[in-house]
Amino acid sequence: MRIGTLKESYIADAALFDSRTQKVWLAMGAALLLLFPFMASDYWLYLACLVSINVASASGLNILTGYTGLVSLGQAAFMGLGAYTVAVLEIRVGSPFLLNLLAGGFVAMLGGLIVGIPSLRVKGLYLAIATIAASFIAHFLFANTAFTGGTGGLTVPPAQLFGTLLDTSFRLYWVIVPATVLMLLGASNLFRTRVGRAFIAIRDRDISAEVLGIPLLRYKLLSFGLSSFYAGVAGGLWAYFFRVVTPESFPLSMSIFFLAAIIVGGMGTILGPILGAVFMTMVPELLKLAVDLLPGGSELTVFLSPVRTVLFGLLIIGFLVFEPHGLAEVWRRIRRFFHLWPFRN
Amino acid sequence: MDWAYLFEISLTGLASGGLYALAALAFVMVYKATRVVNIAIGEMLMVGAYLFFTFSATFAFPLWIAIPAAVLGTGLLGAVIERTMIRPLLGEPPISVFMVTVGLASVLVGLVEMIWTADQRRLPEFMPNTPVMVGEAFLAPKVFYGALIAVVLIAAVLLVFRFWRGGVALRATAADPAAAYSMGINVPRVFSLAWVVSAMIAAVSGIIVGSIGGISSSMGVFGLSVLVVVIVGGLDSVLGALVGGLFIGLVEAMASTYLGGEYKLLATFIVLVLVLMIRPYGLFGTHEIERL
Amino acid sequence: MVTHPQSSPTAAPPLLQVDGVTLSFGGVHALSGVGFDVAPGSITAVIGPNGAGKTSLFNTISGFYRPTSGHVRFKGQDITRLPTPQRAKLGLGRSFQNIALFRGMTVLDNIKLGRHAHLKSNVLDALFYLGRARREEAALRADIEERIIDFLEIDHIRHAPVSALPYGLQKRVEMARALAMQPEILLLDEPVAGMNREETEDMARFILDVREEWGITVLMVEHDMGMVMDLSDHVIVLNFGQVIAQGTPAAVQGDPEVIRAYLGSGDVGDLRRKLHASTTTQGVL
Repeated sequence: MRIGTLKESYIADAALFDSRTQKVWLAMGAALLLLFPFMASDYWLYLACLVSINVASASGLNILTGYTGLVSLGQAAFMGLGAYTVAVLEIRVGSPFLLNLLAGGFVAMLGGLIVGIPSLRVKGLYLAIATIAASFIAHFLFANTAFTGGTGGLTVPPAQLFGTLLDTSFRLYWVIVPATVLMLLGASNLFRTRVGRAFIAIRDRDISAEVLGIPLLRYKLLSFGLSSFYAGVAGGLWAYFFRVVTPESFPLSMSIFFLAAIIVGGMGTILGPILGAVFMTMVPELLKLAVDLLPGGSELTVFLSPVRTVLFGLLIIGFLVFEPHGLAEVWRRIRRFFHLWPFRN
Repeated sequence: MDWAYLFEISLTGLASGGLYALAALAFVMVYKATRVVNIAIGEMLMVGAYLFFTFSATFAFPLWIAIPAAVLGTGLLGAVIERTMIRPLLGEPPISVFMVTVGLASVLVGLVEMIWTADQRRLPEFMPNTPVMVGEAFLAPKVFYGALIAVVLIAAVLLVFRFWRGGVALRATAADPAAAYSMGINVPRVFSLAWVVSAMIAAVSGIIVGSIGGISSSMGVFGLSVLVVVIVGGLDSVLGALVGGLFIGLVEAMASTYLGGEYKLLATFIVLVLVLMIRPYGLFGTHEIERL
Repeated sequence: MVTHPQSSPTAAPPLLQVDGVTLSFGGVHALSGVGFDVAPGSITAVIGPNGAGKTSLFNTISGFYRPTSGHVRFKGQDITRLPTPQRAKLGLGRSFQNIALFRGMTVLDNIKLGRHAHLKSNVLDALFYLGRARREEAALRADIEERIIDFLEIDHIRHAPVSALPYGLQKRVEMARALAMQPEILLLDEPVAGMNREETEDMARFILDVREEWGITVLMVEHDMGMVMDLSDHVIVLNFGQVIAQGTPAAVQGDPEVIRAYLGSGDVGDLRRKLHASTTTQGVL
């Protein structure tokens, strides 16, 4: 129970940011996000965009896996669907940027619905394995259809918004970050309503959920559809950011990356995928920086890739063994400490 | 329809299926005892192959030392894995343990790349080289002998489970560790033993597979086909591992010959999807019933 | 089988009707020709020794099992084949024997879930939140606070995660959630299992209040004979999947069949005959 947080209406009690301190932090965060592009170098802008895309995708996966309990290793495949849709539309149709993104989301959503259909009969780990299969089938389609440019992939021309070409990280930042914020807001809203609660009910005890009137298949499909829509939009942004889409752009290891991100960040929380995606994206970069700074640095760079792989695995194992609720839980502990801080002896 | 050719393809398919079955056996061993889906089975197989490479090529030990050393070394790795990352997660939801094995796969690949680099290497020859002929059909000798070893090992394990009371103890431990403990079964020992034996079988499999196709840090992708094999056969069935292995071997051989190499994995995964839809517990797996 | 039918034949049509329901799993008959009516506004208890088929009966009414033959009618409508999620909307509420709360949520969220079937926001409303979803949530919250949380005296734990609550309070939260379903009939599966004297009395008082103040019909499975005799208008006795007696508590208490079912007649042949009648294959034994 936090001190000084009296609410005078039920609507106020359900607000996302309810205390003065939270609102102040929020304002500071917003200011930081607005000022950052003007202060940062190209490299950091690039990172910011990448992190933002990863946060968006991770929060989508979190809806499906963290909140609804349906483990999916297909997130990369859905992103691929979104990316290819955007690429094909941009190259062959030339439709407007925002429309392409939405179309990418919808195509990915369709893929998600198809993959979700067996989820009533196929549960738990079996479903996870089925999503691996879906991932490979998607990869096969990307590589073997002439329409998608085959193994060579497609080169994406830069997006155009209101006449300006979005061809630098700086310009893309102003599209990617707001899109991510909107998606995060949507997810937070979701879990204040009956739809979000139904997802959690399905995760915790689906038989009870049925008795309460929640049709399982419909809601599982909804969860799949929503999370793959998020993946599709993230994939579309990815395509405009990297400007090249190939079948190798969205491998199974990327799906594993996102699953690891939500585990490390904390599944079933809104903050979790944010922390997790930031952490998992930044760790390899910080590693690179550290190696550059070390005296014998140049010889060690050949080890960079395998060390990164080992570190990735160790992070997953470490968090699962020692901190299964992820960074969000660590953050909650820190906050609790500061709430009580004046009264500790 | 060239029947002779079809026969030859089938033979090769069945033989490589035998190899899949061996790796699947390693997987089933762990699942039977600890209910863990070990997606890192392909990577453990890889470690076995690399250890053999180190002992026989780098240190130039004779075969009769190198092979047991590699197998035992991998067994030791299995024990370490079980003790450090599987046992602490006892009681956690299965997805958590599954993700640990995903992390483990990453760690093993990274370690192999650090120590031996990502280059492909060849293992020293130790199997007879004369081509094996079944009637008019040609069968690559390594594949044949590999499959032979695999079938012998699987038969041995099947017999052990049939005549050893430990088989029931194994299943009891998997079904309810607490109850098994109170019945006097040394649960931690059973867990360790299962992982050690599984790792050793994986090592044998790795040595054979490595002898056929060379070794590299991406050998672990073999594990994905093994995953399909155990789903088809049933996650906890030794017989299922054999039948599933043979079946998938056949499917892959047919697909890659008549459709093209890139269709191999696609065919496997389509089989997976079909099995999951129609008969998710596989041909011989035990059906878990949900109690209302 | 002795029946003592309900005393007012001119009463309103039964709210729930179980009609000749037989449920078989392979050779085992969990339920054989079970039939009874539940009058609106009544408190009906289903009793019987362990394994008599009480939970199977509830699961059939809930829709988890489809009877091999027979019908279940609710408010005159045949719901025998109706999918489980649709029964909530009709007004069929249920609690579970082993607490089936959602452990990842707070008390308040669990209760709000009870109203799920009657709420209207769809996913687009939810994503946007401001507007329809927010209004609906606020109205829901007000209703739950004023009617349910006060009624069950759980206001002090409303934001607590359910997994942190003691057993007695969890059971109360489960009741609250069942109430939030706005049920016309409430199926309570062993509502006082594992409770002490005081908790049992609180629950009994609650069940009576639910009938008095909310007009909800109650059908409960219960082992606590004191509760059953004090609260129920009508008692149904099951044994080996069959109704062996039904009537007022007093009538059923004195019924020799019922006494024999609970205490046994000491006759092994009698027991063998009973067991044989409830299975069709020897293999079960």
